[in-house]
Amino acid sequence: MNKIASFHPGLWLALAVVAAIGIWPIPAQDAALREVSFTVLIAIVMATSLNVLMGYTGYVSFGHVVFYGLGGYVGMYLLNDYHAPLPLAILAGGAAAGLLAFLLGKAILKLRGAYFALVTIGVNEAMRTFISNFEPFGASTGIALQFSVYGAYGGAKQALWVVYYTIVGLALFGVLASYLIRHSKFGLGLMTIREDEDAAEVMGIVTPNTKTLAFVASAILPGMVGVLFFFKNGNVEPGDAFRLGVSIETLVMIMLGGQGTVMGPILGALGYQRLRGFLLTSPIFKNAQLVVAGILLLLIVLFIPAGAVGWLRQRFAWLRKVLA
Amino acid sequence: MTHILEVDRVGKRFGGLQALTNITFNLEEGEILGLIGPNGAGKTTLFNTINGVYSPEEGTILFRGKNVVGHKPYEMAKMGMSRTHQIVRPLKDLTVRENIMAGACFGHENHNLLAAGRIADEMMGFAGIKAKPDQLAGSLNVAQKKRLEMARALAAHPKLLLLDEVLAGLTPSEIDGMIKTILDIRKQGVTIIMIEHVMKAIMNVSDHLLVLDYGQKIAEGQPEEVVHNERVVEAYLGDPNMARRLMEEA
Repeated sequence: MNKIASFHPGLWLALAVVAAIGIWPIPAQDAALREVSFTVLIAIVMATSLNVLMGYTGYVSFGHVVFYGLGGYVGMYLLNDYHAPLPLAILAGGAAAGLLAFLLGKAILKLRGAYFALVTIGVNEAMRTFISNFEPFGASTGIALQFSVYGAYGGAKQALWVVYYTIVGLALFGVLASYLIRHSKFGLGLMTIREDEDAAEVMGIVTPNTKTLAFVASAILPGMVGVLFFFKNGNVEPGDAFRLGVSIETLVMIMLGGQGTVMGPILGALGYQRLRGFLLTSPIFKNAQLVVAGILLLLIVLFIPAGAVGWLRQRFAWLRKVLA
Repeated sequence: MTHILEVDRVGKRFGGLQALTNITFNLEEGEILGLIGPNGAGKTTLFNTINGVYSPEEGTILFRGKNVVGHKPYEMAKMGMSRTHQIVRPLKDLTVRENIMAGACFGHENHNLLAAGRIADEMMGFAGIKAKPDQLAGSLNVAQKKRLEMARALAAHPKLLLLDEVLAGLTPSEIDGMIKTILDIRKQGVTIIMIEHVMKAIMNVSDHLLVLDYGQKIAEGQPEEVVHNERVVEAYLGDPNMARRLMEEA
């Protein structure tokens, strides 16, 4: 009863972890620390949003980066060609991603299990090829932002901080939304579908609409984050926007932290990004970070399929009170 | 009395296999209909056809006065039909309480979580579930899973409840407990169709029996008449003395 009627301490803990990661570089105004936190926060948003589809609804998608890429492109197009203000570009990126998820959901969410997963890989490839040939988005060369755009935000240096504060806000919002979905009637419907989709239909869950809504909910934040990332980056290209590896790494983060939990994707994103940072700077592994991700995924699936948070919750019942 | 369900000349084919042929029967509000027949006779297929899992090729099905052929299972649930499955389908990684809440939330009464929680607490007791509410449904034993399945279906406060072999695999004392629960459900005004092989139980609780064999209705009527019917004895009961024994036991 309390778990549903009132806020769980697990929510406050999750928000506190994200806030700590976010605030860490701010007092010192340290650009290097900011970059580390920036990467982790983006991963938290990506993993937390994918978790709505994968962890709550039980649909594994390799196409999560499509929403990030499309959102990024739409935002960059508006920023560059129409000099749209950044907040508007961010909202437009999220809306475009949500709309794509809605249309895709209608088309492919009737597929289940491995078939759905395979089709999402196809969607990623199709999207990259399409954008590579789409003239308004600069075809294969993409969109490079005119430097003057940053002027509106007090110059490039200040713009980086603006982007950073926004990402902190989006990450906190994402975690709050994840918690609220998890503990809503909608969330109960999603988890029922995850456990047994046929039984869910018999129980009265309008599965096509419920799944589509979950897909849309999982797509909006990546679309918004994509705008921020490429705005900060200064340019967007098809290869960077639709990198299958990003989707796979997001999956690994969720599996590592624990799918279907609120805290899992946060810890998974933090853990994986720290590991990735180490691998990229290490002479032996710098070209093999995806190999490590693959091995990690294999080990998790074999030995702790519930992920770190799931395992802790199973093992120590008292932890369920603090780990949402 | 009004008919809650009218099944008229319903036929269902799977490729070349005629699974149901020309099935016709009416169900009055508040009665318990027992559906019996040998394995493979089409009993579960009939359930699946009534609640929208399959769409019949022939015939019409009126539920609460409305033709429901071609409706999806979730539309049937929203109209007040609930069912249990022959092979139980608990939502394993959800708690017992969440399982029952899901039944209340998405049925025709469309409750919010708070109301669903209250219904779940009530149903736990009513259906005789002895597990803790926050225990995972996957950890229950068979008898408790069957009760959970029933509690979940009942939490929707259905008008018509389809029970698919809720007694199978239970011990005699568990069966007695479950029969009592079924009679309690009827007292609340719920109409029930139950598929069952435990003859003693079905003789006890059914107002009417309907017997299927090879997808066809071979008999229908009062339990006492039906178990003496020659075709039923031949197709299902096997032993002519079985009918007499059943009557004595009942």
